[in-house]
Amino acid sequence: MTAMTMIEAIRDAHVIAMERDDNVVVFGQDVGYFGGVFRCTQGLQERFGDHRCFDSPISEAGIVGAAVGMAAYGLRPCVEIQFADYMYPAYDQIVSEAARLRHRSAGDFTAPLVVRMPTGGGIFGGQTHSQSPEALFTHVAGLKTVVVSNPYDAKGLLIAAIEDDDPVIFLEPKRVYNGPFDGHHERPIVPWSKHPLGDVPEGHYSIEIGRARIHREGSDLTVLAYGTLVHVAHAAAEEQGIDAEIIDLRTLVPLDVDAIVASVEKTGRCLVVHEATLTSGYGAELSAIVQERCLFHLEAPTLRVCGWDTPYPHAHEWSYFPGPDRVGRAMQKLMAT
Amino acid sequence: MTTQGDETVAKLRLRIPEPARGQHPPDRVRYISKAGEMAKPALDEKVERVALMRKQLVRVLDDDGQAVGEWVPDISVEEKRRGLRNMMLTRAFDARLLRAHRQGKISFYMQSLGEEAIACGQQRALRPGDMHFPTYRQQGLLISAEYPLVDMMNQVMSNEFDPLHGRQLPVMYSSKSHGFFSISGNLATQYIQAVGWAMASALRCGTEIASAWIGEGATAESDFHAALVFASTYQAPVILNIVNNHWAISTPEDFARGASATFADRGYGFSIPALRVDGNDYLAVYAASQWAAERARANLGPTLIEWITLRVGAHSTSDDPSVYRPPGEAEEFPLGDPIQRLRQHLEFIGEWDADRHVALQSEVDAQVDEAFAEADSHGSVKTGDVGSARTMFDDVFAEVPRHLREQRDAMGEPR
Repeated sequence: MTAMTMIEAIRDAHVIAMERDDNVVVFGQDVGYFGGVFRCTQGLQERFGDHRCFDSPISEAGIVGAAVGMAAYGLRPCVEIQFADYMYPAYDQIVSEAARLRHRSAGDFTAPLVVRMPTGGGIFGGQTHSQSPEALFTHVAGLKTVVVSNPYDAKGLLIAAIEDDDPVIFLEPKRVYNGPFDGHHERPIVPWSKHPLGDVPEGHYSIEIGRARIHREGSDLTVLAYGTLVHVAHAAAEEQGIDAEIIDLRTLVPLDVDAIVASVEKTGRCLVVHEATLTSGYGAELSAIVQERCLFHLEAPTLRVCGWDTPYPHAHEWSYFPGPDRVGRAMQKLMAT
Repeated sequence: MTTQGDETVAKLRLRIPEPARGQHPPDRVRYISKAGEMAKPALDEKVERVALMRKQLVRVLDDDGQAVGEWVPDISVEEKRRGLRNMMLTRAFDARLLRAHRQGKISFYMQSLGEEAIACGQQRALRPGDMHFPTYRQQGLLISAEYPLVDMMNQVMSNEFDPLHGRQLPVMYSSKSHGFFSISGNLATQYIQAVGWAMASALRCGTEIASAWIGEGATAESDFHAALVFASTYQAPVILNIVNNHWAISTPEDFARGASATFADRGYGFSIPALRVDGNDYLAVYAASQWAAERARANLGPTLIEWITLRVGAHSTSDDPSVYRPPGEAEEFPLGDPIQRLRQHLEFIGEWDADRHVALQSEVDAQVDEAFAEADSHGSVKTGDVGSARTMFDDVFAEVPRHLREQRDAMGEPR
């Protein structure tokens, strides 16, 4: 085991995948010579050569469109969109092309590619460096959507995503790149080296796409979370003295419904949290699943704590971000019902 | 004019390109060079010199059917007859399916009438293993690659034998084995994908090249520009075809071209050698495609080709061009008809005559009729003869995940 940040774990996953399969190629804006603005691909070009890892023009549609063509040829491209906020020009290529190629060609052509994107807020990024667009992908037939919360999962899931035969959207909450940020922005950051999930095995391992992880066992209520909000919910539970069971969903599509149902049937209460805007967010899907499958075990209505339905603000970031206070209040409300 | 303070200033006016109705197409096809007039550059000619050709027109066949000049391709008489046959087969195929639409047997169709030379010619100029990324009007690629007509018809009919299981609109074919990438239906997306495919071939030190296809109207899409940037930056082994058939449904080419003189102009800004070629001249199509393919195979990068042709028919069976097109446009089109021109050439060199032409017409008609009879015997979406609806859950992912298994169970077996 080696202590790694999430950035180092993602970098290590690239190395392992590229060593095992010559068909894995990595490209995107600034990812080659420079190694990416978040350094996730640092050293890959030097190690594997510029035919395996290279820079691209500033064209998200071009990056993903070219990746679709490469994947159809037989490669396994793993591309980076510099910020999830910039993926919209590539959305047509993701939705109409990568996601549907296997289906529309009846398996004649496939698109085994990974689109990595730093996502989420907490870095004073304003409205163009903070968005969480996961629901725009989960709503699309043919895409797998992964959101990671820690170095261990990031490495295992990225390797699984690159090895997967379907297109995978791989979302990396940038606020947890360097430590398990719990929403207490006023406090110094805890590094991953002081957290058990920062212990990352060397060599190859993969985590099955479609399996949730019980982040914290508990019996009072269930929190369905992913990404940064896993750590926020953890802090809120500790601070409120509530024995919350926190499920880190890890993959949104396919979803580990069994893990959700087992936990909610046990606790009888459910809180859904995410950074993305509330309305039509993935939390609505989770809430509906809980209602459909666990209604007679529920002792309270399922609540959601999410980003407000506004553009992501700059100056008012901490009023927008669903931090431990808001999550804690919702936990108390659930327990009082 | 108006005044602001002491100044008199002009009021702004927006230019909206005028519709073509009432104008004659000869006025709109600019820069028609004489056959044989254009020099053929060396494969590695400087882009600045090739760029001089972007306001000219590569032509091989003259008005008498004689092949003249440096662009005459070195192909056998047999290969020329094969080209004629492929074009006639494509036209007969289209005619039969248009009739099927009028008979109510299919829901939708798009013909390539008048544009057959471009797809048929380029398919023969490239090699097996190369990959075309076509639009919906390149059925000539599949037909020239000898893809079974009955499979195409089954696809158009969406019946139980449709290779795509009724998932796609008619004519959105896919056949990897025949070098034909799955047609999207979203315009221009395939252009950058072709560049990516070509990049992959070069990354893996392969030998195959890609060919991207787009209509002149869809060059306005941003994916077109992404494709040119990537093709230029990485010098990808790709042919960038722009089929200028003068019409994007009802919109004349002016709307996508802007104030540029030609679509071949687009290549120059990206340092991509660009040709402008008579798309109704089978020999010019073959020669220009071969030149571009040889450049790609020699690691000399992409070539852009604007093909000048005319969409003789409607955009699709859902379109009525009489509302927006000038009458007599096809008859007056200065580049003529591709089948007639190649026929004239073969007759000129003494390798074809009226009897043989009539015999070939009967042969391709019979081939189409036979395939249609077989496809028709399987029924169509119009007669409800489609495969199991349960297959719609297949191929969404490599394996059917739990939520789709549940939804498939919830649907039950409706038929």
